[in-house]
Amino acid sequence: MEKHHINALKEIVGEENVLTSAEDLYCYSYDATPGHAHMPDAVVSPANTAETSKILKLANENHIPVYTRGSGTNLSAGCVPTKGGIVLLMTRLNKILEVDLENLVAVAEPGVIVADLNKEIASLGLIYPPDPGTVATATLGGTVAENAGGLRGLKYGVSKHYVMGLEVVLANGDIMNTGGKNVKDVSGYDMTKLFTGSEGTLCVITKIISKLVPAPEAKKAMMAIFKDLDNAGKAVSAIIAAKIIPATLEIMDNATIRTVEDYAKVGLPLDAEAVLLIEVDGNPIVVEKEAEKVMEALKANHADLVQIAKDDAERDKLWAARRAALPALAKLRPTTYVEDATVPRNKVPDFLREVSSIAKKHNVTIGTFGHAGDGNMHPTIVCDIRIPEEMERVYQAMDEMFKAAIALGGTLSGEHGIGLGKLPWMEQQHGLVTMNAMRSIKRALDPNLILNPGKLVGEC
Amino acid sequence: MTEKITAKDINEQDKALLSDLQDALANCMKCGNCMEVCPVYKEVGKEAAVARGKLSLMEGVLKGSIPLSAAFDAAMSKCVSCKACTAKCPCGVPADELILRGRQAAVKARGLHPIKKKVFALLKNRHLFDFSLRMAGIFGPLSFKKIPGKMAALARFPMPGMDYKRVTAPFASTPLRSQYPEVIKVDRPTMRVGFFTGCTINYIYTDVGQSVINVLKENNIEVTMPSMQHCCGTPVYMSGDVDSAKILAKHNIETFDSYNFDYIVSACGSCTEAFRIEFPHLFHDDPKMSAMTEKLAKKTYEISEFLIDVVKIDKTKLGPVNATVTMHDPCHMARGIKVTKQPREVLKSIPGLHFVEMKAPDRCCGSGGSFSLGNYELSRKINDKKIADIASTNADTVVTSCGTCRMHLTDGLFQNNMNQDALHVIQVLDRSYKAGHQK
Repeated sequence: MEKHHINALKEIVGEENVLTSAEDLYCYSYDATPGHAHMPDAVVSPANTAETSKILKLANENHIPVYTRGSGTNLSAGCVPTKGGIVLLMTRLNKILEVDLENLVAVAEPGVIVADLNKEIASLGLIYPPDPGTVATATLGGTVAENAGGLRGLKYGVSKHYVMGLEVVLANGDIMNTGGKNVKDVSGYDMTKLFTGSEGTLCVITKIISKLVPAPEAKKAMMAIFKDLDNAGKAVSAIIAAKIIPATLEIMDNATIRTVEDYAKVGLPLDAEAVLLIEVDGNPIVVEKEAEKVMEALKANHADLVQIAKDDAERDKLWAARRAALPALAKLRPTTYVEDATVPRNKVPDFLREVSSIAKKHNVTIGTFGHAGDGNMHPTIVCDIRIPEEMERVYQAMDEMFKAAIALGGTLSGEHGIGLGKLPWMEQQHGLVTMNAMRSIKRALDPNLILNPGKLVGEC
Repeated sequence: MTEKITAKDINEQDKALLSDLQDALANCMKCGNCMEVCPVYKEVGKEAAVARGKLSLMEGVLKGSIPLSAAFDAAMSKCVSCKACTAKCPCGVPADELILRGRQAAVKARGLHPIKKKVFALLKNRHLFDFSLRMAGIFGPLSFKKIPGKMAALARFPMPGMDYKRVTAPFASTPLRSQYPEVIKVDRPTMRVGFFTGCTINYIYTDVGQSVINVLKENNIEVTMPSMQHCCGTPVYMSGDVDSAKILAKHNIETFDSYNFDYIVSACGSCTEAFRIEFPHLFHDDPKMSAMTEKLAKKTYEISEFLIDVVKIDKTKLGPVNATVTMHDPCHMARGIKVTKQPREVLKSIPGLHFVEMKAPDRCCGSGGSFSLGNYELSRKINDKKIADIASTNADTVVTSCGTCRMHLTDGLFQNNMNQDALHVIQVLDRSYKAGHQK
């Protein structure tokens, strides 16, 4: 980027909102994904849609890459500025513009922290369900762009199930509106869905119209310990077959159980092959009934120990093990890859077994926990990125792991997105025809390839 | 401050200083969870303001990717050392300590901030320090205008490192330790404690020191204020000047060790933390000093903690204090020495006192010890949020357990046109004992 571009950017957003010192640029060279870092040429922080539009017009005319960024908590290297250029920091657009109670819709700017939106609507008895692990830090725009999910995904789905409309700025600076407050809307291509999860490669999101849902009145949590992984798998299937959709249905494998126990001493048996944590929510009467049925399913499938939380304190206790999973694993070694390969839920035990044998084969530490109910697993690889020999083994294990997920009819990502991290396997999952179609869309909307170039669909 | 210093230069100066940092920094997985809790990031909104960014910058310097520049220095200084990031970190990265190491590197490379340099040079000379602050107490009224009815004053002239509209507390005309004999006797003492007054209590908030002494006397405890005690060194340590911090620590350790007290008490979270955590840390590789330091660390208590856990005060002697009180937990109490229950127990023991918890009582008030000296505007913004939380409790009194927090809260209340009292927990307890005598 040349000096006059920087000056032009300063004219658009004001001097103090363009960062160019080596120190500041270094702080925007990474996100939460290990192994990817690159310095941008400038970090630009617009205040509104009009400024965003001007920035993109300038970037497009001058072929300057633009990487949209919120809090930078993503796990796919999605906002690493790999080709230099502009990091477009959206955190100043942080207003909740409207909470429409008659339509149960919120309109918010992309820089709003997801947890802040939920705090705002809690008193109205509403929730915005997508709740990624970083919900207290992540921005709404970032979660929509990455199509983030969370613990409640089984019952409530991921971001795309809540986005009803968007205001976006296209690569050339044009401002475009998609969708709206209509619950039913079948007019034309579904651009809202296309942009949700487009990971900053097709547009910059500047406004989000999202669906809100009534907060569940009651919750009930249960935990079951299984000495046999297959029984855990069967229990999951039995719960679903009993037509119960829990809000949360989590699993931890033996490697994770041992690590969690070592770290948090929550009383898990070290020889257990799986722990299931289940939470049902909704109307209090229904919740009681569903909890009973879940307990029956667990017992019928030979759970070795079943606990049910009687009150909030007990619920917290049950959750403690699940909450400790990532911290416990992350503390083992310096580098932590939290992957999110996903398989159809009836394949969860098969996938866990595959991951465990891949880990043994390559002598790599992988603990797997995740959302058993929706098949979204988090094989978490802990290693030390500074040891090249170890990293060779890690990359091989990762490669086999993703191939295993695809072979089981799964997908590379249940909620984190593709970015750069999972790009190498995209064609294996989707095939050349689909990849070409995706690249055509990219080229049509961003002919100069300035928006997050090289990510999601690779080089075009 | 013009030439850029590289990692190579630093390593040549002090190889040990940065090399072992690499492992610690590698443990940061850059998840960004620290952004949720960092009071500075909440105001500044830039990565360089939050722990994740600061640790990255240190990594960058160590790798040689970026120079150890003035901007690096500035980034490191923008931290209130509230430890919230460390408490939040899923990987257990001691970010607060690492940032201090970053400051240490910056200090080594390019010296201290000029204002701090002057203050710290003064600190190292105990006699001169004592003399200057006594003079400040005597001549203070010339340069400070007292705000009626409060332990608060406004500067009459521009002062170095001080915002002109900032409210501070007046220096005492007679320091606490000059108001009493070194040993304060009681009939049939149950124990002998050494009172580490700390600078704010000795030279400014003598009212707190008097309350500590009154309360200990009420409990039949003999109090000694060793005359040779000196600043605990925390402000110096926090600024990255470890060599000076060691000089001060050694002086205090040797002074207190020579008395053989049953316990050492302090009425400040940071001073207690210094004796309990920082001193052992500073001398962990010095066997002789280490033993002495560990021994003292074990007997050191913050005053509320001491009264509840060790003395187990007789609550029947307490008289009514009719006040609605809310409490701010200083960072070094909440996350440093982890003492939050005991001050509340003290307050809840007091008849007539209505205690109201504020929202996020352990969120930093923005003072950050000497942080607010160099970053007043930023520290005010952080403080405004705290003041709003205080306002929403409708309390008439806010209590805390730290002098600089009290000063910053007083300033915040003044700047926001509020008239609540800001006191130390122990002052309220002292009032209650006094009321008990009138029963």
